[in-house]
Amino acid sequence: MTLSTPHLLGIKDLRPSDIRLILDTAQQFKDVLQRPVKKVPSLRDVTIVNLFFENSTRTRISFELAEKRLSADVLNFTTSSSSVAKGETMLDTVNNILSMKVDMVVMRHSASGAPHFLAKHIPAAIVNAGDGINEHPTQALLDAFSIEEATGGLSGKKIAIIGDIMHSRVALSNIYLLTKMGAEVTVAGPPTLIPKYIKEALGVNVTYNVKEALQWCDVANVLRIQLERQSQPLFSSLREYSLAYGINRKLLDSLGKKIVIMHPGPINRGVELDSDVADSNESIILQQVENGVAVRMAVLYLLSNPDT
Amino acid sequence: MKTILTEQQISLTIKRLAHQVLENHIDLVDTVIIGMQPRGIYLSDKIVEEFKTSLQGKPVNYGILDITFYRDDVRREIKVPNKTNINFSIENKKVVLIDDVLYTGRTIRAALDALLDFGRPAKVELCVLIDRRFSRQLPIQPDYTGKVIDALISQKVKVLWKEKDPATEVIITE
Repeated sequence: MTLSTPHLLGIKDLRPSDIRLILDTAQQFKDVLQRPVKKVPSLRDVTIVNLFFENSTRTRISFELAEKRLSADVLNFTTSSSSVAKGETMLDTVNNILSMKVDMVVMRHSASGAPHFLAKHIPAAIVNAGDGINEHPTQALLDAFSIEEATGGLSGKKIAIIGDIMHSRVALSNIYLLTKMGAEVTVAGPPTLIPKYIKEALGVNVTYNVKEALQWCDVANVLRIQLERQSQPLFSSLREYSLAYGINRKLLDSLGKKIVIMHPGPINRGVELDSDVADSNESIILQQVENGVAVRMAVLYLLSNPDT
Repeated sequence: MKTILTEQQISLTIKRLAHQVLENHIDLVDTVIIGMQPRGIYLSDKIVEEFKTSLQGKPVNYGILDITFYRDDVRREIKVPNKTNINFSIENKKVVLIDDVLYTGRTIRAALDALLDFGRPAKVELCVLIDRRFSRQLPIQPDYTGKVIDALISQKVKVLWKEKDPATEVIITE
């Protein structure tokens, strides 16, 4: 049994059976990560380049660790220290790297669709590590893995995604994945940050009231306000956003039930999430980071066969 | 298709293998038993049951090992991993690996690799139900053998268990 796709460009292209296979394989890798020797030789003859055209700490380190735990050879590339600054095109850059016999490409880019473009033009397996405001598939997979770990499954679970839905690739990948796996999704946030026809297009519920979403859900995935992607002001101030849409201890306690709090990071403490929520025992934020390595190991392992 | 061992013969062979292991490992002190995923665990489960009967309730350190991530043919075919469960140290322990069929020896090579990631065992022994003689690709031999058979490379030898398959038997197919 293998994946139905040679690349991981987005959750949109995956079948539910692919998602199941990745999550089950990730569980075995999570077991490997608990052992005294946290490394397996599976990808010892594979070279992987991490192409980060956009800043990242968590995702890049998580991918690099996953690659090293699989015994792959790893190359790191960031735009600031490369010939892209001298005017080289993305395709030229990648082709130059591939001519040095690289097997897989992990790529983050600020332009939506950049990895899809690359997949059409180069022979290596491509893993999308986030493209613009489109998708961030490994984040959605690790979120799903963490939800299963915390609540025992995905099917029938109620997940609220709260915050900047408009600019969030994490939100889009999560919505695709959760709806494919039979979970129910509600998005919540200010009207200006929720795409207008999202209900019809993606089959999610919409509310502009965070408390209502929290009351409804089993799991709340809280997102960061992506100020760097907003070209015009979409809400009056961070303080006002925090008052209306931020999650604090008082709000959580008023629900009368226990829910799981998730956040893909980086957190803007005091804006979307208060510290007494982010560091509470309802929060599985650090488990998400831990699971990220196992999930990325599973993705790289399952895509590493050149014949499929 | 030809049956090589019937259910009754397999049951007797399992008893013999268990006693042979116990002869060399008195009371299984400092010995751990590792069954090989996926199909070796049906055999190892039964051998461990025999141990428990013979040892009258003394504890047996029994784990299961999956070697998917250690295979030398990962590049040719991606296999789906199974569960590994070794929740004790194998450092300085005598390890008895149990698998159903010993053929090329490559699975055992991978298992030795995987075992070293759990510690440095004092000794590793191999117990198999079927030894396919003259077909080894690596210098690996069993310490305890249920039955030695000669089969052509084109033939398949399968150990079937009624927990999973229609009946418990060892068959050879063209």
